[in-house]
Amino acid sequence: MKTAWKEKAIKLMLFATASTSILIVIGIFVFVGKEAGHFALKPGLKELFGSRWMPVSFQKESFGLLPLITGSLLVTALATMLTIPFGVGAAVYISELARPTEREILKPFIEILAGIPSVVIGFFGLVVLVPLIKSSFSLSTGLTALAGAVLLALMAIPTVVSISEDAIRSVPASYKAASLALGASKMQTIWKVTVPAALPGIVAAIMLGIGRVIGETMAVMMVTGNAAIITASPFDSVRTMTATIAAEMGEVAFGSIHYRALFCVGIVLLLATFGLNLIAQKFLEKYRMG
Amino acid sequence: MNEKAKKTVKQISISAVTLAIALMLISGCSRREDAGSEQRLITIKGSDTMVHLASSWAETFMKQNPEIEVSVTGGGSGTGIAALLNGTTDICAASRKIKNKELQLALQKNIHPHEIAVAKDGIAIVVHPDNPVKELTLEQLSKIFTDKSLRWSDVGGADEEILVLSRESSSGTYVFFQEMVLKKQDYMQDAKLMPATSAIIQSVSTDKLAIGYVGLGYALAAKDKVKIIAVKADDNSPAVMPSDQTVKTGQYPIARPLFLYLNGEPQGSVKTFMDFCLSEAGQKVVTDTGYVAVR
Repeated sequence: MKTAWKEKAIKLMLFATASTSILIVIGIFVFVGKEAGHFALKPGLKELFGSRWMPVSFQKESFGLLPLITGSLLVTALATMLTIPFGVGAAVYISELARPTEREILKPFIEILAGIPSVVIGFFGLVVLVPLIKSSFSLSTGLTALAGAVLLALMAIPTVVSISEDAIRSVPASYKAASLALGASKMQTIWKVTVPAALPGIVAAIMLGIGRVIGETMAVMMVTGNAAIITASPFDSVRTMTATIAAEMGEVAFGSIHYRALFCVGIVLLLATFGLNLIAQKFLEKYRMG
Repeated sequence: MNEKAKKTVKQISISAVTLAIALMLISGCSRREDAGSEQRLITIKGSDTMVHLASSWAETFMKQNPEIEVSVTGGGSGTGIAALLNGTTDICAASRKIKNKELQLALQKNIHPHEIAVAKDGIAIVVHPDNPVKELTLEQLSKIFTDKSLRWSDVGGADEEILVLSRESSSGTYVFFQEMVLKKQDYMQDAKLMPATSAIIQSVSTDKLAIGYVGLGYALAAKDKVKIIAVKADDNSPAVMPSDQTVKTGQYPIARPLFLYLNGEPQGSVKTFMDFCLSEAGQKVVTDTGYVAVR
């Protein structure tokens, strides 16, 4: 009798802790949505589709999100392109080809990379990477989307490596044995059997890596130059959505149109990560079925 | 009820009481005491430009008045004014004047911002040390920051493009520069917005084509790495280098007052602190931290 009561209480407590995250997610959506909703009422959503982001102006304030969205997309796409070959390649090497001593050196270093605070990476980028990019591509400045993408790739690679490596390791040894027994070479086995079998895990790893890339703020803010222009060139300066929120939130007058516009940026960002998660889920399901 | 269950109930009631006390303490802390003579803690919040100055003041002041504690945080002039309006800070440090909109909001909340000019800050224009340009007029500066097509050759330099660096739009310096130098025009969209003064100094010191603006104190501290440009108010005026002297006399054209805002007239320990800031010792701190004294 007594134990049943106790068990119920513990169960309830655990349920509460587990559902906190759901409440928080809903809470965030409601709060951000409320402020963005005010924006939809007053200047109207049409304002957001402009191509000019000029929130502080004595002439006319404009809140066009297009330069910010394209900025985030460009940096994220470039970072993903850099992350996938390095991340998956490193994971394949560590799990399949590296000797035990090599693995013991490589793994901790990759994990240290994951633990470096993004401000430190950003500062490294500003002092080392930006001048390097400037001189190697002979640009007028190294404050470019490419610089941001390289730093983001640095931050995403450890995530991709460790999760992909787990996925590759968990491929049953019998698969590999069967492939080798049929006369396939080691490389053929890796690329035709092991990696495809681990693909759901690798895709999940990449998605998680991109998740970190989209949400990352500080490092990007320090090296991309933050000029709100629409461009597809990696050698132009871009302003990302996260950097915009981080840079402008501190100073904006509470309840002003600019304040609400920043919440609209937040909604777009939320929806983007939400969509990304959905896609990742779909991918995982598809590969599990197949 | 057996012994164990009683114990559990007891424990629960003890933790409930503890929680209640904790809650009372928290709510008690967040309620600000009226500015009376017994107030021990003064908070200053606002302009990032002024954080260094305010904390130097706080340090010197606390040595003289050990019974009063002064805590300083940055965040930007707007953040500070918002905090003053919400009653979460005693003093707001601002590198710009309070806006009309903010003043109206304050009066709605029954807060009466009281403005005290405590120091002056010159804005220095910095370029790479190898840049041949030595002086610029305000009009040329305005063109550089608003007109994308302008090249260094248009203002007496090499035939190369100009890399324009600005502070973020959240900075009080950004707004001041826009109002005072750009004559309220918009910055060009290609201007790179840097998150901090140190980032501007860093970029200007490595980028030959860059131009940026920073507070005089920062520029003087970094004068081995960057070149400071002399500014002419118009074509016929002499070119003036920014310095304590030229900012104080008003010869150097790009200078702004720095303010502390209070709610109403200063009283009690806040008044003691304000008197200190404007005293000889307080104004010496201003000069020591790279700003220009007003008294």
